[in-house]
Amino acid sequence: MSIAAVFMATFRRDLRLLARQKSDWLNPLLFFLVVLSLFPLGIGAKPNLLREIAPGIIWIAALLSVLLGAERLFKQDYRDGVLEQLVSARLPLPAYVLAKMAASWCASGLPLIIVSPLLALLLGLSQPAFFAVVATLLLGTPLLTLLSALGAALTLSADKGGILLALVILPFYIPLLIFASAAVEQAAFGLPYGAQLAIIAAMLCLALALVPFAVFKALKLNVG
Amino acid sequence: MFTDVDIQLSAGDILQIAGRNGAGKSSLLRILAGLSEPSEGVLYYQAVELTKCHDDYAADLCFIGHLSGVQGQLTALENLQFWRACWQLKAADDWQLLATLGLAGLEDIPCQHLSAGQQRRVSLARLWLTPARIWILDEPFTALDQSAIGLLQAHFQQHCANGGAIILTTHQPLPMLASQLRQLELEYRW
Amino acid sequence: MFKWLDPYAKPQRLYALCGTWQQVLMPLAWFTLLIGVVWGLGFTPADYQQGDSYRIIHIHVPAAIWSMGAYSSMAIAAFIALVWQIKVAQWAIGAIAPIGACFTLIALFTGSFWGKPMWGTWWEWDARLTSELILLFLYVGVIALQNAFADRETGDKAASLLAIVGVVNLPIIHFSVEWWNTLHQGASITKFAKPSIDPSMLWPLLICITGFALLLAALTCLRLRTAILLHEQHRPWVRDLVKESSDA
Repeated sequence: MSIAAVFMATFRRDLRLLARQKSDWLNPLLFFLVVLSLFPLGIGAKPNLLREIAPGIIWIAALLSVLLGAERLFKQDYRDGVLEQLVSARLPLPAYVLAKMAASWCASGLPLIIVSPLLALLLGLSQPAFFAVVATLLLGTPLLTLLSALGAALTLSADKGGILLALVILPFYIPLLIFASAAVEQAAFGLPYGAQLAIIAAMLCLALALVPFAVFKALKLNVG
Repeated sequence: MFTDVDIQLSAGDILQIAGRNGAGKSSLLRILAGLSEPSEGVLYYQAVELTKCHDDYAADLCFIGHLSGVQGQLTALENLQFWRACWQLKAADDWQLLATLGLAGLEDIPCQHLSAGQQRRVSLARLWLTPARIWILDEPFTALDQSAIGLLQAHFQQHCANGGAIILTTHQPLPMLASQLRQLELEYRW
Repeated sequence: MFKWLDPYAKPQRLYALCGTWQQVLMPLAWFTLLIGVVWGLGFTPADYQQGDSYRIIHIHVPAAIWSMGAYSSMAIAAFIALVWQIKVAQWAIGAIAPIGACFTLIALFTGSFWGKPMWGTWWEWDARLTSELILLFLYVGVIALQNAFADRETGDKAASLLAIVGVVNLPIIHFSVEWWNTLHQGASITKFAKPSIDPSMLWPLLICITGFALLLAALTCLRLRTAILLHEQHRPWVRDLVKESSDA
């Protein structure tokens, strides 16, 4: 199956590149931590206020750090002409896109989940709130990766990449931001947050079904 | 750009597209490679309209454009492996191939550190890997030295003898291919 | 569907057609708006709760309705452009987007001018206001994306793709903002019982809504004509047109 072949080849190649270029996954992670520690500095060391706004802070920092890494997603393959080759050979581009996104999630989503215990300490989260953070990050960061890949593909051959990408794609983050921070907030009050998680999961499924094809279309028009 | 282009390519042909800078040579090649759509006109592959058999055509096509298609952070060997995996090509001796192309000893250096001519050689290695019969090459001789140009022409000859066809643009004279070579002159006009 | 669309897909014919429509629609739009606005602002009775300040709804409501209407027509154009590969439909997106963005801005400004005396604040994170603000962001995204490419055609195509993605997302965004609002705000000043509207107020409002719709259509025709000329500037028919108008 050429779909599986393209997926595996791209995924393995991208993981290899990540292993070679550590800044690709290290920088977004450091950015995330730095932004998070800026908030207490900006509003003062008020533990109660911090705990109250922690869900929003965590999620805004997470989506900014994923967005930061997104611009580079297809840039290299576009400049080198790898994309051109794939399009011209009519290889299954959605498989390539999915592999790129999976690797990109390993670089920008997974590290956030791994360092999340640190957040609990920094922002004084309670245990249920911490579990909610992990759960929403698990479901939410793949969605962030999908959406930012769409933005990256749309702005691929544009003259002014970075800011434009943010401008185009940030409004689409709003539902996720709302439900994810609400889930953490609910959990902090000891309330159930299954409904919010279910909605995020539903949005993830929808995006998983539709985004690869939209990205495919966007890549093709940028290459053509 | 160009209008009234009527080309027919059969097995064993080499077609050189000539024309001044900006005449639309690359644009024509990109249309032939399926990367952009002609604003008017139709392409046929084996007497079938291209829109109906694009997958078959693409499987029989190898396009190398201005961009190398070589991923700069990967080594030459890794690039070959990636192509093999994506295109599902048969395993063969990549070390031998790279040595043929004069890249012996450079197999494990990231391609972005190679010289322009060496990068071009890595890119052209695809012509030794691909089973495709139709080659579309945009300025394949750029940055190559005399020995590589000779090597490539010999490879072209062999490809045509095996029933392949080539469309290329170049400003390089091609003495070794004179017998098979046809020319198409593009004229610049609005 | 395609057969029905096909004759209008030729830029030259669409240019002429838009010219005719625009000549009819533009005066009609201004006439309707004049009647609606003068009637609504000047001659309707004052509201028993809100006094005179409610009159701004004669601008606010039509602008808000048609800011969304413009987005949906943009998405329809984008759909046509992507499915049937019709170029003029792509150009239509660029023609509609700034008009829609202006309508959204008008709705936001008038809303905030109405909010000051009513709610005592210029801005309230009310669900509808927030949705309208996000709609403005979506418009800005489409316009920015369209103008970001060296190659105009790539920009048009990317913008049409974004418009479609946006229209899939709009209901999700709208629903989530509504939900967010009820969660965070509870019952607030924004939720007052809506008095049923008196016919003497309804008629001028309906006329204003029609007027804005006509204005949207007329401006779209005007901008689409400009876009057609811009994209086809090297075609013979445009050159002939320019020659004719400079001779006359």
